[in-house]
Parts: sequence; C-alpha cells; structure tokens
Amino acid sequence: MSDLNGLRIADKKHIGLAEMLKGGVIMDVTNAEQAKIAEDAGAVSVMALERVPSDIRRDGGVARMSPVKKIKEIQKAVTIPVMAKARIGHFVEAQILESLAVDYIDESEVLTPADEHFHIDKFAFRIPFVCGCRDLGEALRRIGEGAAMIRTKGEAGSGNIVEAVRHMRAVVSGMRRLTTLSPEELMTEAKNLGAPYELLRWVAKSGKLPVPNFSAGGIATPADAALMMQLGAEAVFVGSGIFKSSDPAQRAKAIVQATTHFKDPDVLARVSEELGDAMVGIETSKLAEKDLLQTRGW
Amino acid sequence: MRVGVLALQGDFGLHAKALEKCGVEAVEVRKPTELDAVDGLVIPGGESTTLLKLIDAWDFVPAIEKFHRAGKPLFGTCAGLIILAREVEGPRQFSLGLIDVTVERNAYGRQRESFEAAGVARLDGVDTRIEMFFIRAPRIRRVGPDVHVLAEHGGEPVMARYGSVLVATFHPELTDSTVIHRYFCDMVGQARIAA
Repeated sequence: MSDLNGLRIADKKHIGLAEMLKGGVIMDVTNAEQAKIAEDAGAVSVMALERVPSDIRRDGGVARMSPVKKIKEIQKAVTIPVMAKARIGHFVEAQILESLAVDYIDESEVLTPADEHFHIDKFAFRIPFVCGCRDLGEALRRIGEGAAMIRTKGEAGSGNIVEAVRHMRAVVSGMRRLTTLSPEELMTEAKNLGAPYELLRWVAKSGKLPVPNFSAGGIATPADAALMMQLGAEAVFVGSGIFKSSDPAQRAKAIVQATTHFKDPDVLARVSEELGDAMVGIETSKLAEKDLLQTRGW
Repeated sequence: MRVGVLALQGDFGLHAKALEKCGVEAVEVRKPTELDAVDGLVIPGGESTTLLKLIDAWDFVPAIEKFHRAGKPLFGTCAGLIILAREVEGPRQFSLGLIDVTVERNAYGRQRESFEAAGVARLDGVDTRIEMFFIRAPRIRRVGPDVHVLAEHGGEPVMARYGSVLVATFHPELTDSTVIHRYFCDMVGQARIAA
C-alpha cells in the first residue's frame, strides 16, 4: 500500500501498471475477434464490454458488466492486459471481475449505475480500478477511494471530442490553480472541491495527480487522440470510435501512431490519410440532460 | 553524457526522471535518427506487442543493432528485456537477440499476481539492497553461459548483464532508489571512454 501525506491511495504496483500503459491506446471490444484486431493494431490493452457506448446509447435499456463468457474468450484471445467495466457502485460485478483476474476494472458511467450515492470501495480489491472524472474534485474523490488510474469521462459514444476536452482542461487548470494557492487557502479549497485535503496538498505541491491521468469519451480520429495527449492526457481510451468506423484495423493503427507521435504534425497528417469514414458523431450540446452519460457518478 | 529513453510507449517518463536524478541528460527517442545523439539507450516497461509494432513501423531494428555494434549500452526493463532477449515464449515473438536469455512473457500471471519484493543486486562486486516491482512480469527461463546474473528472486534470475546489455524483469524506475540507473550510467560512461 502507498500513502500520501498519511492518506492511503492505491498500491504502487497497481499505479505501476497504469504507468506501463502510458503513451498507449486502450480499445473497447465486445468479443475475441475485435480484441485480436485491437492487439494486432498495437493496442496496449483492451476493455471488454457488453456493447460499445454508441450502441448502448442507441438501444437503451440497462447496460451491465460484459458476460463472463465473453470476458474469458477475450482473455484467451490476447496477451495484452484485459480490462472490463463494472457499473458504478456494483461491487459484486467487481468481485466477479476480480475472480476472473481481469487486469483493471473500469467503474464506468457508460454502464447503468447500480448505486446513486456510493462508488465502490476500491481498497477492498486485489486488482486495480480506473474511474472517470469531469473535474479535479471528482478525480481526487476517486483517488481517495483507491482508484489507481483516472480518465476524463468525455461523453462516451458521441464521437465528439468536445466533452473530453472540457474535462481534461478542467482537471489540468484545476491542478494549476492549486499550485498558486497559499497553504491556508487549501482547506477551504478542499471543502469547495469536495476532495480529500491530504490529496489537495500533494497536488498543490507537485502540480500533477498521484496516479496516471488518461482520456476517454469521444475520441474518433488520430487527431482527436493527439489533441488529448497535447492537452495533458498520458494515454487514451477509444470506445466506439474504432469499431463503429468503416475500417477498424486501419483506424486503430493510425490512432496508435498518433498517440506516440502526438507532437509531430507530419506523422499525424500521414497516418490520417486513407482512413475511411469515422463514426458518425453527435452534437453533445443538443443531448438532453437525461441522455448524458457523464453526469452519472459524482 | 546523454542517455536516450525509447519513448514509443510505456513508462519512459519515469526512466527519464531516474536518469536525470543520476545527473545525466535524458533524451526521449521516438525516431531511429535520434539514436545518433545519445550514448546509451533505455528500453522501458510497457506492452511488448505494442512496442514491437512501433519499432517495426519506424524501422528501429537496424538502428538499434548498429547502436549495439558501436558498443553503446542498452538497458531493458520488463518489456524492454523481452525486446532485447534472444528468445521469447508465451507466445513466441520477434526479439532483437542482443542478450542470450530465454524469456517467458507474463509468467507470474495477470495483474492480480503482480507483487513487490526486496532483494539484493550484485553491482560492481558490491551487494546492494534493491526494491523490485514485478508487474505482469516476464521470467527469465534460461541464461546463456556468458551472461552474468546480477540479482535473483526466489532462486531465479531477475537481473542480468551481457557485455553492454543490461536487463531486469522488474521496474527499478518505479522506486525512489537510483542505484540501478547509476550502475547503467556508469556502463554508459565507461563505454564512452573506451570509444
């Protein structure tokens, strides 16, 4: 176990796995065949889920953890780490995923929440968790609960990067602001953010989160991935963006290159050629509040 | 002295930090031509399958082989070891073959089986305490006759050296100690003098 200013956070070996995924692309997959395509394209990890977010959005109904059989098939098909989503607060889905030895649990707003008030106590598990956030306060609450990796939520299944940008900017500017505060201002700031004081003090001093900070929710093109990396993401999750495009393998490869060479416009231009069609996006500002996935959790 | 860190994917940032703590300039390497400007190269932990795709896409293999032939030291941790090994199992995959060891990928199991342990490394004849993080780590299943084992865990080799190539199955860059990075920097310094 590791601690910051006396506050327990996730185990270093779990934060360490997130460190190993940096500069990489984690791809949503629903079966073994897609998982293989993702691995062959250079994904650092795959995320097993029942339906990709855009299908969840279209079909509605309750979205749950991926079927156990599918997760096992995916684990058999690839050698890279396999993550899987559990519903917010559904600690029994998480227990099942622990029993299956998935490498990371995503306690995800993309699935229908199981608990309207409480997230999972992530310290109760031997495998790590990644959680979504929309701002610094939410990121620090999840880290305080034991998340070993944070990702911005964005708006999953939208194919629209605007929400991911908003969330990443909020986290980064929130951290920058903390570094400018004097010590006596930090307790009030902790109250305003609804976040643990000890974590706030740590971030104020170091200017970064104590766990890796990735981006998710709306990445559909190599340029989207590079944009999030330039804004401060350390790796990216791509959901519907790959398997809802016209040529998933080609697009997946291009996004992998773009995530490594995110600062090199010549490479980005080259990998963006001949990609086929991106998924059709949604204007997120026209979505009704009830149709937003990012407002799930707190 | 400038030491490169292969920055295609993985925890290259932590290696760069550790190197800088040792007082050398750390340089992120994303293209083969960038190897010309560095005296040693760290291949970090990450996903070896992803690293291989990116190494292949940018034609890094001949560049690293040339770098090695010039006597410039290489240090591979975890995935970096897998890339440098002679033979890889679980599954079989391409590797550079610059150190005569056989490595089995993810040989302790999945993340649930990842662990940390204290140990001792024999560095320049001195037993040195080290902290080791094994994360979905590989195991060294065979060591060639001329390869020096520098550290063991549970009776198995976890750190080894063959000439200018240093490898570890664990992650010294995740710890606060820089003893192993200092050892590598010394290798780079000595290779420079020899050249």
